[in-house]
Order: sequence, then C-alpha cells, then structure tokens
Amino acid sequence: MSDTDTKEPIIGAGVPRIDGPDKLAGRANYAADNLPPNMAYGYGVFSTIAKGKVTRIKVDEAKRMPGVIDIFHHGHFPSLYRTPSSFVQGNKVEETRLPFEDERVYYEGQFVALVVADSFENARAAARHVEVEYAPESAVANLAQGLEDNGTQAGGGHARGDAASAFDSADTTIDVTYHTPVETHNPMEMHASVAYWDAQGNLTIYDASQGVVVERNALSKIFAIAPERITVHAPYIGSGFGSKLWTWPHAIATAAVSRELGRPVQLVVPRQQMFTTTGHRPETRQRMRLATDGNGKLVSLRHEAINTTSFTDQYVETCGSVTKSLYSCPDLTVSHATTQVNRGTPTSMRAPGAAPGLFALESAIDEMALAAGVDPVQFRLDNYAERDESQDLDFSSNHIVEATKQAAERFGWHERNPQIGSMREGREIVGYGMAACNWEALKRPCDARVSLRADGTAFASCATQDIGTGTYTIVAQAVSDVTGIPVDRITVKLGDSSYPDGPISGGSWATATTLPAIAGAARNALDELKRYATGSNGIFAEASADDLSVADGALRYDGKQASFAEVLDAARYGSADGEAHTEAADSKYSYRSFGAHFVEVRWDPGISHLRVSRVVSAIDVGKVINETTARNQVEGAVVMGVGMGLFEATEYDERNGRPVNNDYAEYVVPVHADQPEIDVILLDYPDLAFNEYGARGIGEIGITGLAAAIGNAVHHATGKRIRELPITLDKLMDDVPQAQSA
Amino acid sequence: MRHFDYARAESPQQAVAAHGSDRDAAFLAGGTTLLDLVKLDVMQPQKVIDINGVDLDTIERLDDGRLRIGAMVTNTALARDERVVEDYAVLSQALLAGASTQLRNKATTGGNIMQRVRCPYFRDGVSACNKREPGSGCAAIEGVNRTVHAVLGTSDNCIATHPSDMCVAMAAIGATVEVQGPEGTREIDFGDFHLLPGDTPAREHALEPGELITHVVLDAPIDGGRSAYLKLRDRQSYQFALASSAVIVRMDGNTITDARVAMGGVGTKPWRAPEVEAALKGKTASEALFTDAAKLAFENATAYSQNGYKIPLGQQAIVRNLTDLTAA
Ligand SMILES: Cc1cc2nc3c(=O)[nH]c(=O)nc-3n(C[C@H](O)[C@H](O)[C@H](O)COP(=O)(O)OP(=O)(O)OC[C@H]3O[C@@H](n4cnc5c(N)ncnc54)[C@H](O)[C@@H]3O)c2cc1C
Ligand code: SF4
Repeated sequence: MSDTDTKEPIIGAGVPRIDGPDKLAGRANYAADNLPPNMAYGYGVFSTIAKGKVTRIKVDEAKRMPGVIDIFHHGHFPSLYRTPSSFVQGNKVEETRLPFEDERVYYEGQFVALVVADSFENARAAARHVEVEYAPESAVANLAQGLEDNGTQAGGGHARGDAASAFDSADTTIDVTYHTPVETHNPMEMHASVAYWDAQGNLTIYDASQGVVVERNALSKIFAIAPERITVHAPYIGSGFGSKLWTWPHAIATAAVSRELGRPVQLVVPRQQMFTTTGHRPETRQRMRLATDGNGKLVSLRHEAINTTSFTDQYVETCGSVTKSLYSCPDLTVSHATTQVNRGTPTSMRAPGAAPGLFALESAIDEMALAAGVDPVQFRLDNYAERDESQDLDFSSNHIVEATKQAAERFGWHERNPQIGSMREGREIVGYGMAACNWEALKRPCDARVSLRADGTAFASCATQDIGTGTYTIVAQAVSDVTGIPVDRITVKLGDSSYPDGPISGGSWATATTLPAIAGAARNALDELKRYATGSNGIFAEASADDLSVADGALRYDGKQASFAEVLDAARYGSADGEAHTEAADSKYSYRSFGAHFVEVRWDPGISHLRVSRVVSAIDVGKVINETTARNQVEGAVVMGVGMGLFEATEYDERNGRPVNNDYAEYVVPVHADQPEIDVILLDYPDLAFNEYGARGIGEIGITGLAAAIGNAVHHATGKRIRELPITLDKLMDDVPQAQSA
Repeated sequence: MRHFDYARAESPQQAVAAHGSDRDAAFLAGGTTLLDLVKLDVMQPQKVIDINGVDLDTIERLDDGRLRIGAMVTNTALARDERVVEDYAVLSQALLAGASTQLRNKATTGGNIMQRVRCPYFRDGVSACNKREPGSGCAAIEGVNRTVHAVLGTSDNCIATHPSDMCVAMAAIGATVEVQGPEGTREIDFGDFHLLPGDTPAREHALEPGELITHVVLDAPIDGGRSAYLKLRDRQSYQFALASSAVIVRMDGNTITDARVAMGGVGTKPWRAPEVEAALKGKTASEALFTDAAKLAFENATAYSQNGYKIPLGQQAIVRNLTDLTAA
C-alpha cells in the first residue's frame, strides 16, 4: 500500500478542477441549457423611461403574431407576495418590488411586459410590437442630482474618539474627494431562468444563481408555498461576481407565468438589460479627511461615503468597512449614506464596499504619505493596526507587514525614485505605486452530507454553488483528505436546494463555510462505517470502533486492512452516510484577510497611452486549499482591478437613464493584451482560530486596493492625481479642447 | 419571428438580379454587421441575398501594378496575403488591429467597407437618430459621445465615426471600388465612396440600391514607400479606434518625397488628410515638422461634449506614426 506520509498532502495541492472536463466537453448544463418538454419562451418588454407611469399597454397586434401564447404586464399578472427580504431568515432579494406589481417605472430597462411564445424568436419579435405609453416624470440621473433633489438616507457607520478635533489640531492634513462610477458585473453567462410546476403544485427552477437555498426561501415567500415544494438548481454558473447572489425580477416572473400557463417557461435576460435589472455596483462619492502628527502617525481619519441606490430599495455600499480597522488611529469616523436615483437596485459586486472604498482609502493614504513626506510603504508600515481598534479585538492572524515587505522586495520598490516622472524607459514614463488590500473573513452556518459507497466511491453534497471558482474541487479535496479516497473517485454535487443547506457563494466565505461541514460529514460517515465494520456482521467484528484507523480509503486494524467497499460489502450496506452542521464564525477575534499590491504603470505621453505593466501581490488569506484555483482567483481579481482602474464605467444617458455602453464591445474590460505580468505570493499561514483548515477565502481580496495602487503609480509617473475612476487617457492629457456649445 | 426571404447567389449577376432595386433587400457577406443589427432590430431586410457563393474571393495583381481584391476576401485572408504584407503593410496592420480573430475570419472586404456606425443611439433602436430614422434628431450630440463619435466631417445631423480600420488604410493607399448593378458595372473612387453626413446622414455611401461591390482595386504601391498603421484606444485590442493614422511615406535620405496620411476614429468617413501630406512633401523629417503638419488636419475640428481629447490624440497618432516610419 502506498505510504501516506510521503504523499503530497491533498489540502493545498494544485488539484485540477474536477468539473473542467464536463465544461470543456459541453456536458455542463447551465440554466438556459435546460429545455424541458413543451417549454415556452419569454422575452421582456423594458421601459424606455427612467421614471413615471405606464399609462397604456397595447398588446393586440403583438398577441396576434405567430406563436404568441400570452403577454403579461401589470394589468395582467398573478398577484404575488413580497418577501421580507431578510438576510437572517435567508430569504433576501435585492429588488423587493415584485415584477409588474403596479404601473410605476423606477428605472430605465425595468420589465414592463413579458411576452411568452412558442419560440425565442417569436417571443422577441412580438415583444417589439408591444406598444407602451408612458407618463414620464423628471428623473434623477446621477449621484450629484440625487443629493441636490432628495438628499441622503443614513447607512450606518462607526466612530471612535473625536476625529474632527484631532483633525483641526493636526500638523498635516488632507481633505480630498474620490468618485467611482457605476460598474456592471457582466458575467459571461446571461441571467436565465427555466421554471415549471408539477401537477401537485411543486416548483422546479433552473436559475443562474449564486444562492439556491436563499432563492428557494425567497420564492417560498413570494409564492406563499412551503420551501420544501420548491427546488432550485444551479449546478453550473457562468460566473456571477455578485450579480447572481439574489433573485431578480426575471426569475420571479418566469416562475409566475409558468404557473399561469401550466407549462415550463424559459427567460433569458438580454445583455442590454443585464445593465439595468440585475444589479450593478453603484456610483460612489467619498470624502476623505486624514491628518498626521509630526512623526507621520495618523491622528485623524474620516471616510464619508455616499452611494446611489434605487427608489425601491436601499443598498448601502459599505466603502468604509475596511477603513475602520486597517490603520491604527484613535480618532476615526466612517459614515455611509445613500441617495436615490432612477436606476435599478444596486447589488454586491466582487468585494462590495471594499473595492470602491479602498480605492479612496488607499489613494488618500498615498496622498497623506506624500503630504507628510514619508515613503508610502514606510507610511503604511508605521500605521498599520496591530489589533482591530473598531471592535477592540485581536486579529485572529494578520501578516500584512510581511505581505507588504515581501511584495516590496519582489517588486523592487527600493529602486523607486520618488520624484515624479523621474523614471523613464525610452518613450515611457514608469510609475510605481502600491496599496494595501483587505477583506473580511466570514463563515456562515452550513450543512453537508457525505456517503461512502459500496463501490468504493464517495459522494458529497451541499446546497452551495461552484460559480466557476473551484468549489467542486476543494470539496472533493476535503473528502479525500478525511477518507483517503482519491479525488477521481469522489462525486461532488452542489447547486441544488434539496441538498443540505449551504451558503450563498459570496463574501469569499464558501471555502471557510463549506469545508468544515464537509469534513465533519465525512468523519461522521467514517464513524458510521466503523460501526458497520465492528458490528456483528462486520469485517472486524472483534474490534471496537475506536481501534480502527483510516488510510487510503481503507480501515485498518491490527495489521489487517479492508477497503471501505469490503467493509460495506461484508455488512451488506450500500453506503455509510454522515451529515454535519457547522456554525457561523465566533466573535472571539477579528477575522480578516490582508495583503499588498505593487503596481508598475507605463505612460507614453507622446500617444497618451497608459498601461499597467507589472503587478506583484502578496496575499495573506490563511491556508491555501488549492494552489491552482487560489492563484487563479487572485490573478483574475487583479485583471478585474485593472479594468476597474483603467476602463470600467457604465455610462448613462442622463436624459433618460439608459446605459449607453451596454454590450461587450462598448463596456470596456481588459482583454488578454491588457494583462500585466502578474506575480502572486500566497503567504499560506493557517488561521486555525477561524476553522479547522485555517482557510479564510480568497475570491474578493485581490480586487481591493488594486485601482488605488494603479492611481498611485499614475501619480508617480505623471504627477496627476486622478480621483475619479476610471483613469482613462483623456483624463491624463493636457489642454483637452472643450465643446463650444453646451 | 420576423420573416424574410433568403436567396443564395452563385455569381455577381445572380446576386444583383435577386436584389433588384429593392431598398429592403440586403446582401449577406460575413454577417458580422448585418446579423448583429438584424438581431437588434435596427436593420430589417425583407430579403437577404447570401453572396458567400459568388466567386469573388481572390486577390490578383493587375498588369499596371495595382492589386485587385475580391469583395468576399476575408479580413484575415487579406491581412495575411503576402503581396499585402509586402507592399501595403499599412493595410495588413490596419486589418489586424480591427475587431477580433473570430470576427476577422468572417468579415469580408466588401462588408467591411459597408459596415455601419457603432453609435449606441443608432444601435439602441429607440433614441433619436437621423441615420436610423431620418428627421428624428441626433441623440449623440448632447449625449454620450466619448468613443465612437467624430470631430471631423460632422454635421448638426450626425457625428458618428466611420468605424473601419481597413478603410483608413485604403484611403491612404488610394483605391477604386468596382461595383456591379442592375445597369451594369462602374467604378467609384475610394475617396468618393463614403459620404459625409451633411443633411442626409442616412445616405452613407455612393452605391445605388442593388449595387454590389465586386472588387476593390488598390493603387499601385508607391515605389520605395514605407507604411504603417497606428491605432490608439483605451484597451489594447477589441476596441474601435479612438484615433488612428495610416501613413505612407517615401524618403530620400532625410527628406520626405511623398506622403499619404489618413485617419480613423476621428472622422465621419475614412479621413484622408491632403493638407498634412502637402505640408510634409519635400521637407526634412523632424518632430517639429510632424507636429505642425498634424495640426493642419484638425483646423476645422469640432469638439463635442466628451470627445474633445480626440483633437490632440489624433495629432499624436499622426506624429508618432510619422516619427517611427521616418526613423526606420
Ligand atoms: C464586436 C465587433 C467589433 C468590431 N471591431 C472592429 C474594429 O475594431 N475595426 C473594424 O474595422 N471593424 C470592426 N468591426 C466591424 C467588422 O469589421 C465588420 O462587421 C465587418 O467587416 C463586416 O463585414 P461582413 O462581411 O461581416 O459584412 P456583413 O455583415 O455581411 O455586411 C455588412 C453590410 O454590407 C453589405 N454588404 C456586404 N457585402 C457587400 C458587397 N459585396 N456589396 C455591397 N454590399 C455589401 C451588407 O448588405 C450589409 O449591409 C467590429 C465588429 C464587431 C461586431
Ligand atoms: S451620431 Fe449619427 S448615428 Fe449617432 S445618433 Fe446621431 S445621427 Fe444617429
């Protein structure tokens, strides 16, 4: 038998994705790939005004078109119930208003009608012949206008000490305001739902969802039926970045019209409306006031953030979430507020709060360091907090100093000439910048089931999801770790609400939440197996369960060994099953992940060309479970951060609230040619206070701070401080001619 | 479903006959513009004539040194053709700077010339747009116009750029468009092919209804000329030009003896800049000369609410391209 001790541990290994072959071969079915018999197709009609009322909907002509089955709108739609939308109860949705609830329009691109026909093409053609008349009202176009027209609503915050007085009496101060635009998630897979009801009134829905359990619970409230009668399937998701965390109007509408029509219905949200009715990262304005004493120590820090929200819901972008605890500062205020605009309800987008928040914080820290005359790396090392001063708790594990130093070393920060524009290579001016990154480590309650089966395989299930990040694979690794069964003999099933309740795939908590439950279930299954082995028919009937050891998918006792299959066969059982429930993280410590990005940009002023040429990121996320998928998360986040820094912005036509650059050609995200050289250092210090694996999760931290590091490098290269993302070339050019007329 | 008639033509004659002078008919080449806009409901042809079977996919050198390109030659094939790479580097580079590999594999020479504007108000199907709905107005002038709107050749009725990269190179090279129509064949000078928006932005080109582009004939290459295409944009690939330049020069020592300059991303048509060319000819190459010459191209430029930066950027595209070419 193989020698377990010399084998590479399965936890931490770069195990290739176990779902890769199915995806490559096209066997992985995404939501819209499901085509139940007799399925009808829906296509939306979307409002062309941002605010007002639908006064009339003319459907006669459209109804007569080929294949049309029915056309739904606020005057013809089943009455549903709202969900309390409680995070704690697990029935949250982001847009609480139900589709077609009334005649009101709150944003451009809102569903105002839904055509159902026998084919996608017929539904779409008819949708274009539904005539909608509106009584438009003057809409609130953006954050500035929102503030002017209707002020703000409070969104929470944190305060300690007296930041205002400390600021007023400080040696060096800065008072600067940052702005980030709306960004749209744009996952490759379109939002899509396929729903059907059986004769007993049970609902099955295939949905592009990052949270099958919460969707089930929300739908249970909305349709007022028991959650057990709803099954939500999302075995594969073509990514979500947060846009698929919560159930959106299209999914509710699909389920509703399917029930009305008594047949399955599919609805795919067109790319254009993925910019309007499935969430976005809201626009933010963030005022930063910082002060230092004569020694370059932060003595006052205020981070006041306002973000846009919709008129139907308050979504708070918690920009100051990191500001509370990253730096040591006795007098500190963080405040969040929202202002209502006529756009759809925003939602979490990769690293919500922290991504725009650290753009402001880490840019401001750079400005503060320069004002105080201290190197930006040194400034951070001098000011990083040693404990979480916002909660008065120790960090469970914090290696930010080492991360910063290692990344600085690898990057070559010491070669940086701090003088602006001083580093040239040919036609390019080279800029070096850096920023800290940070993300809360979260762990939610979780259930899981593991079966050891008579054919020598194992089966693990949990109603969490793999959104393309590798969850299937790390679950198999955990089962393999406990049982010794090789990964290729482990079947993992996720993305089905009938499995034991698992977490939404968000907040970077899937790993920390799911693995302990899986491991617990696997251990419980092993205990069950040992009972079988030592029972009256058992293969080791003479032994007691405690005497048995486990290795490589076999039980050992007294120099003898029996594979799990042999044990089960002898006992005549098909499987040994275990379930486990694990709890949310405790509050003994402040659990956070840390890191630092170092960025090199190159600015060619002769052609106004800016590029990010090199990124070194050192990331401290506790134990790395899978080297390959972990690295991939950080690299992907860095690329997304390059997009956030240089390109991404949803541009609205202010006259009608319509996103104008609403397709993949015009909504600019990085392409391969934009990718810098990326060097990721994974520190890999297990955080065992957090969970048995010591893993904190890695999906989001990589994007935090990156845009700030770019902006800081741009400042170093050009002397221009761009406080409004994205940093497009026109913002860096001198003497740009302005339009003659308004 | 929106129904339309579909016919496959095996020869230009058949294609022209099938099309007739029907304004609601459209030739289908690579489909990368047409099918996109049909799906968006912006183009609504009642009759589609598939010209993928017509025999127009070869490139031949004519006796007078010109290069005759079949309308159905794909952008990829044209960019990779040895004669093009050798004699018309600017064209090969322009093609490869456009769209993506997949699109270039489908896109054709004729289709590229005929591609429609990328103005989002044209594409959204509902905004005021004089091109889509003559007389409805132009939503772009007071709207979002940072990327695909022009500063040259605009009118109060339309400010959309002609999006093609290939055409910018052809404008610099000089070319003739050969067309076949119900009345027979004729030739159109490339410079006259695309029309300024003026008062009739819906009229984009010189073709009469039912005329088919059969070939583009490139002028003979300038003896001893060098050429290059420089495309500036936000991201490195898969984006239309914010500003671009196609430049061909012939040098005698350090003196520029001949020059052709055209621009993309800044004009409502592929924009030849004869005033720049005149300022260069016979002069000694220098950055100062290039800077002054490039300015001339933008003397009549109009900045709109978000695209004023294209005026300096367009000049940079010319200056850098000239600097590199004349240094080589
Ligand atoms: C996402 C995206 C990005 C792009 N990026 C770029 C870019 O960066 N640079 C660039 O230059 N282009 C770009 N393009 C445009 C692309 O180059 C054009 O779509 C393509 O060249 C059109 O050629 P086609 O053969 O597919 O034309 P089709 O779509 O088949 O036809 C286009 C039009 O031309 C007509 N037509 C076609 N052939 C003839 C003919 N022989 N005679 C008369 N009429 C004809 C058709 O009826 C139709 O109206 C991009 C396109 C897309 C979709
Ligand atoms: S710029 Fe031209 S294409 Fe765009 S809206 Fe105006 S008229 Fe239409």
